[in-house]
Amino acid sequence: MPTIYIDNQPYTIAAGQNLLQACLALGFDLPYFCWHPALGSVGACRQCAVKRFKDDKDTRGELVMACLTPADEGTRIAINDPEAVQFRAGVIEWLMLNHPHDCPVCDEGGECHLQDMTVMSGHTYRRNRFPKRTHRNQDLGPFINHEMNRCIQCYRCVRFYHDYAGGTDLNVFASRDHLYFGRFEDGALASEFSGNLVEICPTGVFTDRTFKQHSSRKWDLQTAPSICPHCGLGCNTLPGERYGELRRVRNRYHHQINGYFLCDRGRFGYEHANGDRRIRQPLHVQRGKVPATPLTAEAALGEWAAMTRAGGRLIGIGSPRASLEANFALRRLVGAENFYAGLSAAEQAGLSAVCALLTDGPVPSATLQGAGLSDAALVLGEDVTQTAPLLALNLRRLRYRKAAVMAAGFQLPAWNDAGVRELAQLNLPNLFIAATHATRLDDEAFGTLHVPPAELLRFAAAVVAALDVPEAPEPDKGDAVAAMAWQTAQALLKAQRPLVVAGLAEGEPALVRAAAAIAGRLKAKGRAAELFVCVPEANSLGLALMQPKELAAAMAQGPAETVVVLENDLFRRAAPSAVTAWLAQARQVVVLDHLATQTTALADLVLPTAVAAETAGTWVNNEGRSQRAFAVMVPSGAARPAWRWLQAMALAMGRVDLKAWQSIDEVAAELAKALPCFQPITELTPAVTVPTSSGHLPRQSHRYSGRTAMRAHLDVHEPKPPADADAPLAFSMEGFDGPQPPGLTTRDWAPGWNSEQAQHKFQGEIAGLIETHDTGRRLVSPAGKALPVEFSPPAQAKHLSPGEFQLVPLHHIFGSEELSMAAPAVAQRAPQPYVGLGPDNGFAVDGQAIWLRIGELLTEQIVRIVSGLSPGLLGWPMGLPGMPPIVLPAVAKVEPS
Amino acid sequence: MQPQRPLTQNILPERPPLNLSEYEKAGGYQALRKVLAGMTPQQVTAAVLEANLRGRGGAGFPTGRKWSFVPMGPEAPQPKYLVINADEMEPATFKDRVLLEGDPHQLIEGIIIGAYAIQARMAYIFLRTTYTVAARNIAAAIAEAQAKGYLGHHILGSDFSIELHLHVSAGRYICGEETGLLNALEGKRANPRAKPPFPPVIGLWGKPTVANNVETICNVPHIINHGAAWFRGLSRVADGGTKIYGVSGKVKRPGAWELPLGVTIRELIEESAGGMRDGLAVRAILPGGASTDLLTADHLDVVMDFNGVAAAGSRLGTGTMVVVDDQTCIVGLVANLMRFFAQESCGWCTPCREGLPWLAKILTAIEQGRGEPDDIAILKEHIHLLGPGRTFCALAPGAMEPLQSALKYFEEDFLRHIRERRCPWR
Repeated sequence: MPTIYIDNQPYTIAAGQNLLQACLALGFDLPYFCWHPALGSVGACRQCAVKRFKDDKDTRGELVMACLTPADEGTRIAINDPEAVQFRAGVIEWLMLNHPHDCPVCDEGGECHLQDMTVMSGHTYRRNRFPKRTHRNQDLGPFINHEMNRCIQCYRCVRFYHDYAGGTDLNVFASRDHLYFGRFEDGALASEFSGNLVEICPTGVFTDRTFKQHSSRKWDLQTAPSICPHCGLGCNTLPGERYGELRRVRNRYHHQINGYFLCDRGRFGYEHANGDRRIRQPLHVQRGKVPATPLTAEAALGEWAAMTRAGGRLIGIGSPRASLEANFALRRLVGAENFYAGLSAAEQAGLSAVCALLTDGPVPSATLQGAGLSDAALVLGEDVTQTAPLLALNLRRLRYRKAAVMAAGFQLPAWNDAGVRELAQLNLPNLFIAATHATRLDDEAFGTLHVPPAELLRFAAAVVAALDVPEAPEPDKGDAVAAMAWQTAQALLKAQRPLVVAGLAEGEPALVRAAAAIAGRLKAKGRAAELFVCVPEANSLGLALMQPKELAAAMAQGPAETVVVLENDLFRRAAPSAVTAWLAQARQVVVLDHLATQTTALADLVLPTAVAAETAGTWVNNEGRSQRAFAVMVPSGAARPAWRWLQAMALAMGRVDLKAWQSIDEVAAELAKALPCFQPITELTPAVTVPTSSGHLPRQSHRYSGRTAMRAHLDVHEPKPPADADAPLAFSMEGFDGPQPPGLTTRDWAPGWNSEQAQHKFQGEIAGLIETHDTGRRLVSPAGKALPVEFSPPAQAKHLSPGEFQLVPLHHIFGSEELSMAAPAVAQRAPQPYVGLGPDNGFAVDGQAIWLRIGELLTEQIVRIVSGLSPGLLGWPMGLPGMPPIVLPAVAKVEPS
Repeated sequence: MQPQRPLTQNILPERPPLNLSEYEKAGGYQALRKVLAGMTPQQVTAAVLEANLRGRGGAGFPTGRKWSFVPMGPEAPQPKYLVINADEMEPATFKDRVLLEGDPHQLIEGIIIGAYAIQARMAYIFLRTTYTVAARNIAAAIAEAQAKGYLGHHILGSDFSIELHLHVSAGRYICGEETGLLNALEGKRANPRAKPPFPPVIGLWGKPTVANNVETICNVPHIINHGAAWFRGLSRVADGGTKIYGVSGKVKRPGAWELPLGVTIRELIEESAGGMRDGLAVRAILPGGASTDLLTADHLDVVMDFNGVAAAGSRLGTGTMVVVDDQTCIVGLVANLMRFFAQESCGWCTPCREGLPWLAKILTAIEQGRGEPDDIAILKEHIHLLGPGRTFCALAPGAMEPLQSALKYFEEDFLRHIRERRCPWR
């Protein structure tokens, strides 16, 4: 722990930092632009200059860039030295020479790092009398708005997009004071992580284009900590609301999960909450026989009471995209014996396998950030960019990590981004990917293998065999599977912290078991091996841990009395004909959902629920971590949290057993009592540790404007803010506005720091644990059994006749996920319906229409060539609107047109 | 017979360069044979160190020391690279051109020996885009040397192999900056790199790399042939060797000449260049290229070596001077230079990217009679704000040198422009 001297005061700091990190971690205000905690130092902007002195006798000193200077033992600096202050004022004056000063019309205003730094550096008057340079802006697609004139050339955008996230279509063009950051021509940014430019850009060059449609100021948004509902990773988000509308999603730093970044699906999928398909009133539908008639909540509950008056068995179908509490409330309503998972058979089998491995498997599950720290990784059968996008972003850090280890040998610290990347450039990381087709991450991989699903298992078996006998000679290159397995095993064995990634995307649970078997072998050999399992939805694992019965079992029982479907479109889970038939035979169907789906269309009664950002709820992510989200806003109309509907339904039936539930904590407590594995979720509501009179913290900032005017056209009296029993947060601007306690961060803000860069004010150490964000409790952690996991030997591939293809699933970050596709911006980025064939398919060329027979279905589809797809395989885009739903496994036969 | 002007001994104006057999007949490739026959890489480096050869690109760093930073031995990262900086884009500088066009085999021999000293397997000549004659001559010489076995595998039957490539630049001033050049060679933007890491440790494609100037490397065969003592004896001063000096401006005979290191400015202007044109007097001198401080007529007896020019408050730089006469507007000169530097900024760091264009606009305004009284304060402020250590590389501090010296010696010229709202020299 070195001691450094700042303005002659000694400070003890963490080792291995640069001066900028050290100063910020100590709470000093030192302005900067090009440095970013996740991107490291390059020394471009020159804004963080400080005076460094040789020793206590040195009075002259020299200016150094804090970001490029190691904070070594005994370093003496002055932040407020007049020369340093003057130089920093000079830098900001230069940066502002061409800036348009259009803050009043800029979406960044109020959370602009450039504004903050300009004030901090003391630049007030403009001395430049010459014209400003101007640029033409580009159309960068539905996510990102481009306004190049605001650019201060800090290079953070290209360093994130190109260097960190592996994007290729955003770059810096031209030179001198005519630098241009953009694409080579107009067009949608191709990276799945482009939305992070909104936060990476210190000013308003790259702003959220969806937010622009209904823009607001940061200080006018009502915000609360939430969890992303668009995949299974559980990224922490900070959605913002104004005028009853969800207006944007920002990243909420979590040091073990998403860190500083979100994927575009998570950032821009939020508009499903505002879209046309949103259900806001109870609907009397009668299975589409009558036009949907809106009902009041009372009338709807009356209708429900009438439905159930005759008695009969209730069947409840739970959901992987509903919170634990909602699922548990349904389980209580219908009884555990009648609680079924709304999962496909393959999903349920896969999730059961995952649950078993995470509770009794050989190795612990990796955190998302931990995955980025591994020194060798194998991805087995998963296109992670599409199914667990932020894992792909973290695996892209492996190359840098590898180079940083080498750099240490040159006395080059890991934060020296420019220096480390010089070393990194020809070094591919020890990343191996085996999948049915070429994946987006292949460009980062040392080795790739593209084989049919059965061969993936043969590959995994070969890796296990190679790990068991590491001294075996390298197999002949002719057998690609064996050769890559040997190479992978060698690399994993050389690693200290190897990672094995698998998931449910292929619909083959044996792949997850195979991954665990590989990780278990590595652990047995003394490696700190970890397993990372990608699960499809935000609460897939939570639902599976509740051990619901299989959907197929419910459907197999024949006609049901009353079916209650919770936030689930069953047409995504089982064969459409079977779902239609089963629902048609049920005496009555009640669907609780916030989006109109094929299932709501077949209901008798639809009850409108709250989206994730409108309700408190507990979500279990892929690593088995439970996290609590809080409502950002009160849902409009009659929508309410699903568990409250279910409670009201029980009451309407005359049952009193759920009557006691006043808050989400009480639901959670009862869940923990019923299913002890959920015990940790009773600790999820953070304690309010700051002085408040009400015990609540405000969701609205101290600058929240228009409070008394917002409803003045309806009523000049300001209504009392709605109460919220589910969170220690109030729908109000009143209350404590200082640093927020753990887990209750409603904004990134500190005095003088209005942008998300304020985060470091709350981190004990830069890019380390934010005291206020260390949330979530793991529900599962394996005892670390030494027993090797076995997985079934490769199944013999089904014999295919000429013209027959085995269907393999293809997933799309934009297209495969249900909720985000109700957001117009995300839908715009989704592919058109297609089927994928390999380059050597021998049947069709790209763009050709072919007729396919899949079971009873006869369909015409456009062929797209999918790189790496083996002959005999046909890629089927999962969940893509416009594609007929298919239950895998299936075989397609090409029909003559 | 020991040459007095080794670098240019084979170069005659109006005659094509020596081909391989002519070069061999003139004693060429003997130094290479000597090195491969019996010198270790360390001995070659020691010889160059002993000769006091300082880099001729402008910074004057001892060449032998630069080589000694390269990791050696079987554990050293491979491949290592030698890169020859032939991107001579400093305004008014044309001394490397003489060597590039006039004696390409001398360059190639120097490269092979230099590569041997650091055990590099790959070498590049990074050539200024407009030097088309040089490109032709070097390409022909490389082909000859390749055919004869001086380049390629197992040179002259030894264990040493070297691949030499000619890379013609796309043409930016910043490509002449050592690390900007490396980035350009890698096909990236020619932005300079942060130091540390230094190229001898982490250079081209992350591997140990030495970048040497053309004139520097051309001296190496002669040091091997004739010894360090002879090389030091060529010079009038402590640093060894001759120097190719150049004079441009309104002198009678502008040109470049190889002379002992340490001649005076007066000797160069009055003897080599034949004095000023009739009716003109020396008012100022840019001694070593556009990025060196102006000297005045009072400095004519300054010795043109690294220390002599430094003592007078400027830099030897490339040793090719521009003489400014009394009919030329100093403000116009500085404004023109500033426009050049602003144009050639890579755009990486703020002070250079934003500061230089602002200064160029101010200077142009002053020159055109649109200057304002506060402008001088802004100019003076920038001299400090763009000084060494403030910017990412030496481009902007270099750009400040003519400006600061112009304000030091000729501030009244600037004030007259502003007062009279016109250029008094027009």
